[in-house]
Amino acid sequence: MRTASVALARRALRNALRRPQFLAPLVLFPTLFLAVNVGGLERTTALPGFPHVDGFLDFQLAAAITQSLLLGGISAGIAAALDIEGGFFDRLVASPTPRLAIVLGRVLAASVIAAIQVVYFLVLGVIFGASIKGGALGVLYVLAIGTVAGTGFGALGVMIALRARNASTVQGIFPLVFVLLFVSSAFFPANLLSPPADVVAAYNPLSYIAEGMRQPIAFDNALAPVLEGLAAAAGVALAAIGLSVLALHGRLRAT
Amino acid sequence: MRRDLRTIVALMRRGLNEILRVPGGSIPGVLAPTIFMLGLSAAFGRTARLPDFSADDFRTFIVPVGMLQGAGFTGAATGVNLARDIERGWFDRLMLAPAKRPVLLVGVVGSACLRCLLPAGFLLVVAFALGVDWPGVGALALAAVLVMGLAAAAACYATVVALRFRTQQAAPLMQIGALLAILLTTSYVPRELLSNWLGAIADVNPVTLVLEGVRQGFVGDVTWSGTWPALLAIAGLVAAFGALAVRGMRRQGF
Repeated sequence: MRTASVALARRALRNALRRPQFLAPLVLFPTLFLAVNVGGLERTTALPGFPHVDGFLDFQLAAAITQSLLLGGISAGIAAALDIEGGFFDRLVASPTPRLAIVLGRVLAASVIAAIQVVYFLVLGVIFGASIKGGALGVLYVLAIGTVAGTGFGALGVMIALRARNASTVQGIFPLVFVLLFVSSAFFPANLLSPPADVVAAYNPLSYIAEGMRQPIAFDNALAPVLEGLAAAAGVALAAIGLSVLALHGRLRAT
Repeated sequence: MRRDLRTIVALMRRGLNEILRVPGGSIPGVLAPTIFMLGLSAAFGRTARLPDFSADDFRTFIVPVGMLQGAGFTGAATGVNLARDIERGWFDRLMLAPAKRPVLLVGVVGSACLRCLLPAGFLLVVAFALGVDWPGVGALALAAVLVMGLAAAAACYATVVALRFRTQQAAPLMQIGALLAILLTTSYVPRELLSNWLGAIADVNPVTLVLEGVRQGFVGDVTWSGTWPALLAIAGLVAAFGALAVRGMRRQGF
């Protein structure tokens, strides 16, 4: 199964690189929002209750990474849906490929793309004046949380694709990404969110994922937020992979 | 002249029919500006407490941005639809029709002008329900003119991109162009609170004038000194992108 998963992951990555028009928005949109948020809301760091940071870019970098990873999940879902629409999925099912590898291959590819997204934003941040307070170990923490979270979001995308079976429905959940992010503490400190976003944010795993990555970027390598972030990301990943496998079984029964 | 008008109306009706025929494609574009308005005000609402912030409430300040976003998304969607028509061969058949190219462009762009009122209207209903103050009929009428103008300019830009790349895969280029133009302004905070680099861009970005024109009535009163620069800016944008789009239409090989 490992060989089949790796082969399918390599195929997914090759396809993604062949169609950069699908890959570019994953970093372009969050980069644009990062620039506008930092340029427009820089002074908000002076608000009472805002944690002490060197600059708003340091604070926002984790939000941009989280947003990009969520978009990566949609992209993985669209790619899986296109495989279903194009008939590749049916050919795969007809072949002696292990069923689990169909999901794991796509999810593995999402992990690799997630790691690239995290590195892109860290480099971008450093170029524009952010400093990673946690140093090399902090970078590893961010990379770990980001990659695991990206794996989970990719699996969620695959699950939606297996249920919806068409790319336009997966594309339609794009606004939902922003809803989920806005009701988390990804963009702004939890204590400064307006109600009811502050209440929802406390239960939103995206808050923990973003804060887990923010800690080593903007503050230090304190373990508690990092472990919470990693646990939230792992929880999302495990639940999403489980749901994708269930969706795959449902799809196989239907065919 | 009458025949041109009939062509324009037919193309506008075709564009409007998309809303009913492909609701799945229209709904995200209608909802997105409202989601942004609600989300931004939930996340960044406390920004209104900053000294020099010109509005009492961040949501009121951000409503005009949502209206312009709706116009930008609608304009981009017009380009995506045109690219789809090019891919499927419908546009080639349109080019063979005995109609002037600018007339065809006006029909395509006209539908965007009308469609953009849908996300703006939905956004306003939600905003007023949540307590945003009524800006007055005059301010709303001016806002409608400016929003329709921006949709026209965005549709012309998206048409240029669609005619150049001839594929729906150029959609992000159309969307990000419109989004950049709207966000690189005084979208989140007044000019005095922008960082230096964003302030410099906002100063030369004509959409800043359009946004400040729409914002009148929501924040402060409607004044002629705030209105004419907005009207001039929108006229310039429509003229510039319209000229490029007509040039692109005339270059089509028939």
